[in-house]
Amino acid sequence: MIRLTIEQLEAIKRHGERAYPEEGCGVLLGHVDGDTKIVEEIRPTPNARRDSPHNRYAIAPAELLRLEREARARGREVIGFFHSHPDAEARPSSHDLEHAWPWYSYLIVSVKRAASESVHSWVLREDRSRFEQEEILIG
Amino acid sequence: MSVKISLPTALRRYTAECDTLQVEGRTVREALARLVEQYPDLQRHLFTEDGRLRHFVNVYVNDEDVRYLQELETPVNEGDEITIVPSVAGGSGRVSSDGGRSEGLAAIGERADAVRLSPEEILRYSRHLIMPEVTMEGQRRLKAARVLIVGAGGLGSPLAMYLAAAGVGRIGIVDFDVVDFTNLQRQVLYTTHDVGQPKLQKAKERLHALNPHIEIETYETRLTSANALEILREYDVIVDGTDNFPTRYLVNDACVLLGKPNVYGSIFRFEGQASVFYAEQGPCYRCLYPEPPPPGLVPSCAEGGVLGVLPGIIGAIQANEAIKLILGRGEPLIGRLLLFDAWRMQFRTVKVRKDPQCPICGEQPTIRELIDYEEFCGVAPEPVLAEELEITPRQLKERLDRGEQVFLLDVREPHEWQIAHLPGATLIPMNRIPASLHELPTTDEIVVYCKTGGRSAQVLRFLYNAGFRRIKNLKGGIDRWAVEVDPSVPRY
Repeated sequence: MIRLTIEQLEAIKRHGERAYPEEGCGVLLGHVDGDTKIVEEIRPTPNARRDSPHNRYAIAPAELLRLEREARARGREVIGFFHSHPDAEARPSSHDLEHAWPWYSYLIVSVKRAASESVHSWVLREDRSRFEQEEILIG
Repeated sequence: MSVKISLPTALRRYTAECDTLQVEGRTVREALARLVEQYPDLQRHLFTEDGRLRHFVNVYVNDEDVRYLQELETPVNEGDEITIVPSVAGGSGRVSSDGGRSEGLAAIGERADAVRLSPEEILRYSRHLIMPEVTMEGQRRLKAARVLIVGAGGLGSPLAMYLAAAGVGRIGIVDFDVVDFTNLQRQVLYTTHDVGQPKLQKAKERLHALNPHIEIETYETRLTSANALEILREYDVIVDGTDNFPTRYLVNDACVLLGKPNVYGSIFRFEGQASVFYAEQGPCYRCLYPEPPPPGLVPSCAEGGVLGVLPGIIGAIQANEAIKLILGRGEPLIGRLLLFDAWRMQFRTVKVRKDPQCPICGEQPTIRELIDYEEFCGVAPEPVLAEELEITPRQLKERLDRGEQVFLLDVREPHEWQIAHLPGATLIPMNRIPASLHELPTTDEIVVYCKTGGRSAQVLRFLYNAGFRRIKNLKGGIDRWAVEVDPSVPRY
């Protein structure tokens, strides 16, 4: 389960809309409480895939390293990532699966004709075979 | 040298929640080896089976990516910090607004890197593993692969069984039928016991019994223009085991739009066809058959019959082609159409060329999204007969019981007549009706019947136009008669 505020959810949607027709992405910082990941900060990052930004995204490892160090210094952790699917559903593609790490939450926002629609969160199964949908708690 | 290793949050579950560890080593490789020795669960997340770093794992020494240094051989000094940083990437994988292209077959290879075989699986697949054309790598590709089978009938049965046995990791099946007695002559997935049960439920049980190491996804629905892209998108290879033209064109078009290979097969009586339509590399089904045949010209298996073994042969050929596409080896049937005649026992292949004018995969495609395939194939519902021209089996029975004079006209074929017919009926096969009008009574009422009411309705219209007025069509034919009036009449 992942918990975020309505403002954080809106921020993720707005970022996807601003990035449209390209994919927008970013990092979720927060902490873990039992089985629940609690989002404390939304950190948009540049989409490092300049060759095909409308259907691919990448977060530069150096950028992630920087964010992770900064978060740890403040007692926070990287708990997941978000990205947008322009004119596609908010479900993971085979490309998302190939690059996925276990445990992290992958939030995907569907942005159709520049307007955000659904947001779903996904977690990789332990055997890497597929994603499973994760419950999003607002509040 | 003692160096510090920092792990990303996702890996800390494997290290008893430690995020930094102190290990000894002179190079990155040695340091990571110590780490994995201590926490063996990390191995499969960091390394491929042949010991390379996984492509989504980045390793930094202090602030430098080792890919720009000496990779795993990068030396480390006392006090250095090695940081493992996830590569975070993905994306919708779509190209423009064409309905969502997939990653193509290359994705299987990338996924296969992350797949492992258990000792039981190694034993199970040993006859594959010892073939140089397959090996461990090929078997991992099979496990990483996702194949969608459209239709769980005559072709779908052998297909699903061979693909499951071969270890295809995820098999999706689309069908919405229940098992019927007439299926058992060729649909070897099902047993007599399964009659009346949903096909997909039985198929799933059977395939899991055959191979518990794979996943079976079922889609109990008719494949339509509304759901096809969404369902097909999840798969690497689509295998077409359908028995009708609208679905065949739908599967073809969806595969072209998504950039996926379509392993095609079709059967009729003694003859079968197979090919691989993969618009990325060759022709599609529309290049071969730009237009569907006029409705009614090509009978379905239900109307024309099919030799039970034939779908077994064609389905097994489709499974073979799907496996070759997954392995990425051999010579697939791309650009070739295989024609099989079970009666003469002849196989022939003919070349099929990509049509530059093809409306969907040609140079200037005019079809950019899925269309209405029922309309395209002219499968309009039969025009309804006026109510006074129809009679139900029960109404007919009542009238016969009252002793009314009724001329029962059976318009089926003689071999169908031999299976069963109504008492007192007269057989005049449909194609002989025009020459036999003088044999029909002009005073008694005529009730025309066939197997299920379709052919007799055509005859009825013909008779009406010829001036006959005291005529009626038996709704549902002898089949409905057997259900509602006389269970001793065999159904076929």
